[in-house]
Amino acid sequence: MAMLDLPLIWAVIIGFGVIMYVLMDGFDLGLGILFPFAPDEQARDVMMNSVAPVWDGNETWLVLGGAGLLAAFPLVYSIFLPALYIGVFLLLAGLIFRGVAFEFRFKARTSRYLWNWAFAGGSMVASFAQGCVVGAYIQGFETQNGVYVGGALDWLTPFTVLTGLGLMAGYALLGSTWLILKSEGYIQEWAYKITRPLLLAVLVVFAIVSVWTPFVDELVRDRWFSTIEVIWIFPALALFCAFQIFRHVGKRSEGMPFVATMGMFGFTYLGLLASRWPYVVPPEYTLWDAASAPESQLFLLLGVLFVIPIVLMYTAWSYWVFRGKVKAGVGYH
Amino acid sequence: MDLDPILLSRIQFAFVVSFHAIFPVFTIGLASYIAVLEGLFYRTQNPAWEKLSAFWTKVFAVVFGMGVVSGIVMSFQFGTNWSNFSQASANFIGPLLSYEVVTAFFLEAGFLGVLLFGRDKVPPGVHLFSALMVALGTFISAFWILVANSWMQTPQGVEFRDGMFHVLSWSEAIFNPSFPYRFTHMVMASFLTGSFVVAGVSAWYLLLKREVEANRKALSMCLWLILFLAPAQAVVGDFHGLNTLEHQPTKVAAMEANWETQADVPLLLFAWPDNDTQSNLVEIGIPHMASLILTHDWNGVVPGLKESPPDEQPPVWIVFWSFRVMVAMGMLMILFGLGGLALRITGKLYSTRWYLQGLRFMSVAPFLAVLSGWFVTEVGRAPWLVYGMMTQAEAVTPSLTGGMALFTLIGYIVVYAMVFTAGVYYLFRVLQMGLEDEDQVDEEHDRPMRPLSAAHVTFESGDYPGKDGPGKDNPGKDSDFDATPLNKGGH
Repeated sequence: MAMLDLPLIWAVIIGFGVIMYVLMDGFDLGLGILFPFAPDEQARDVMMNSVAPVWDGNETWLVLGGAGLLAAFPLVYSIFLPALYIGVFLLLAGLIFRGVAFEFRFKARTSRYLWNWAFAGGSMVASFAQGCVVGAYIQGFETQNGVYVGGALDWLTPFTVLTGLGLMAGYALLGSTWLILKSEGYIQEWAYKITRPLLLAVLVVFAIVSVWTPFVDELVRDRWFSTIEVIWIFPALALFCAFQIFRHVGKRSEGMPFVATMGMFGFTYLGLLASRWPYVVPPEYTLWDAASAPESQLFLLLGVLFVIPIVLMYTAWSYWVFRGKVKAGVGYH
Repeated sequence: MDLDPILLSRIQFAFVVSFHAIFPVFTIGLASYIAVLEGLFYRTQNPAWEKLSAFWTKVFAVVFGMGVVSGIVMSFQFGTNWSNFSQASANFIGPLLSYEVVTAFFLEAGFLGVLLFGRDKVPPGVHLFSALMVALGTFISAFWILVANSWMQTPQGVEFRDGMFHVLSWSEAIFNPSFPYRFTHMVMASFLTGSFVVAGVSAWYLLLKREVEANRKALSMCLWLILFLAPAQAVVGDFHGLNTLEHQPTKVAAMEANWETQADVPLLLFAWPDNDTQSNLVEIGIPHMASLILTHDWNGVVPGLKESPPDEQPPVWIVFWSFRVMVAMGMLMILFGLGGLALRITGKLYSTRWYLQGLRFMSVAPFLAVLSGWFVTEVGRAPWLVYGMMTQAEAVTPSLTGGMALFTLIGYIVVYAMVFTAGVYYLFRVLQMGLEDEDQVDEEHDRPMRPLSAAHVTFESGDYPGKDGPGKDNPGKDSDFDATPLNKGGH
């Protein structure tokens, strides 16, 4: 057993869970962000129906991230959550409103516009809060003896506001490219039309964050400018994906914009992890400091290695069942 | 600021848990019921079963949605308000919650989409399988969460070292002494909740003479279940009580408001326990009964609250009264079960108005019972979070201020009040629509394409925001509708 670096394995598993969450809940949160700007109520119906059968599963990856963190890296869990206390509340409140909107909106009559706003507002707040978490992670946390000692709003800085807005733009891009894939006619036209401006917005934030990040933290600066040059491959690949989005929107391709957006997210994410590796609670604790007891990590690992492939299989199957275009006017309900 | 973060966090957790608990307890029972209905339909092809299943699935969807979102809050609350507890217990609680996610939540979420929206997209057998998987998911979820809770009540198989619990034996920790009782009690409570809600709604429809055939079937099924389950639940509850007496005597003393360790303890029907004076201000009771019930001996010695120092006693009156509410609800359930049997034998089950009316009101009884039972077990544990090992004060987040805890407490109350009000409103809308014939349901059914249609036919070709899009026109016979579950022709 001494051969196994359990914390490392768990870092990979949780890293995988987080990117699964970002990609999957990302596009349905993105639809929520785009909701108020949709051409009409019909388009909103299609947008919602395109994710109604799967959103619940998408969001479950977030719960896995939380529970997995508690199980494998309790120190991260018990520092991040108190430090982001107010942000976590906003995130959860947002997720509540958008979650119930899926059921309530189709049952509402005159109050339907309220649930439109609940869905849109909830998605925006949740996305912004998640973006702030990313920023706060780059920023680092004030700790003493493994306990968070900072204030309630330390996480809220101009930098985190920027990452918050950046993630909103990114999710919106995932949403629009998903909609290209799942819709047709004038709704798809609209999705094509907004994709390039959204891409531009993402790239602007991407550029500012890239320039800013090295100044936020010395360690990140060293990492990017001296230690490993290989790291530059990640932003380069992300930019290549961005170009692909641009190109395939022009070619009216239906699937590629979404795939390329996922690629852009993936490489940005890897770049982010690389700049902080192996610190999980910057600037103090590495993933080995934060790990739970080996027997606990092992106990869970055995189950997860067995179950996660099965979960992925039936998740894929569920997407397969609901494949194809969502027709305007057809309610699943 | 003078606000106490511990008290506020306790109130917050109690509020969130209570709010959350009513949904899973209903969906666990309902998921199994839907699976049974789907199974019956698959076997017999009797459209009544499909009608019932389609209807209760709609109810399930609304309730499940509220359960999911309130559940997500809970999984993060450990970290936000009880970070010391999270940190200390992570070696055990962490893997449990993670196992719950990968074995239960994903299963539910993955197959729920197919259950709700996939009736015409997958073969009937696969749809039935999805219903079974969703039901199975609810049980697995209950299993893990009750393992965690039971362990906090009767911790075993761990050792506290360097500020953390370390697991010495997984099997001892998971199958801790109170787990079997708690799990059985909870699963049966879920079945009773499902039964009483379905029975109450069916009774209401029968009073209105709506869909008589299907609703009679539903009512009859539920009453059979209640007849056997309600008394069995009392027996399980009794065993659970004995187990609690063995492991958490203070809690049982609080349930009985028994201050002194003594023999011949009376069963108090009414009392006003007061922690300050360490006595009851008033009490009316039946002599010997508590000794008899708790020790199964007329003169049995029952430990009293004073065995623990005052600062290790729970707030007695909450525990005492919650326990009485739970027991009273349980007895009412047994009576309704027996009443149903009597009416069935005399052939008046479906025509006795007072009984059907009574069943309508009984729909809330299981929720009251579950919540009060939950109060008994959770408040009765105070001031411990992990019984005998970690207090609530030790468990709270160090950086948490009273102001922050108050802010989020108010926040959750506001958010939940809005969501709950809306949820109950839409639930009643679904109930009002009922499970009538397909044509009728279509007339009244909200479809994305005609959001205002339920408000009435005037709007059918009328003006709503999306009218200019494709597919705006006449819904009733539109081929688009063939895709909707209720309208599919194939039975």
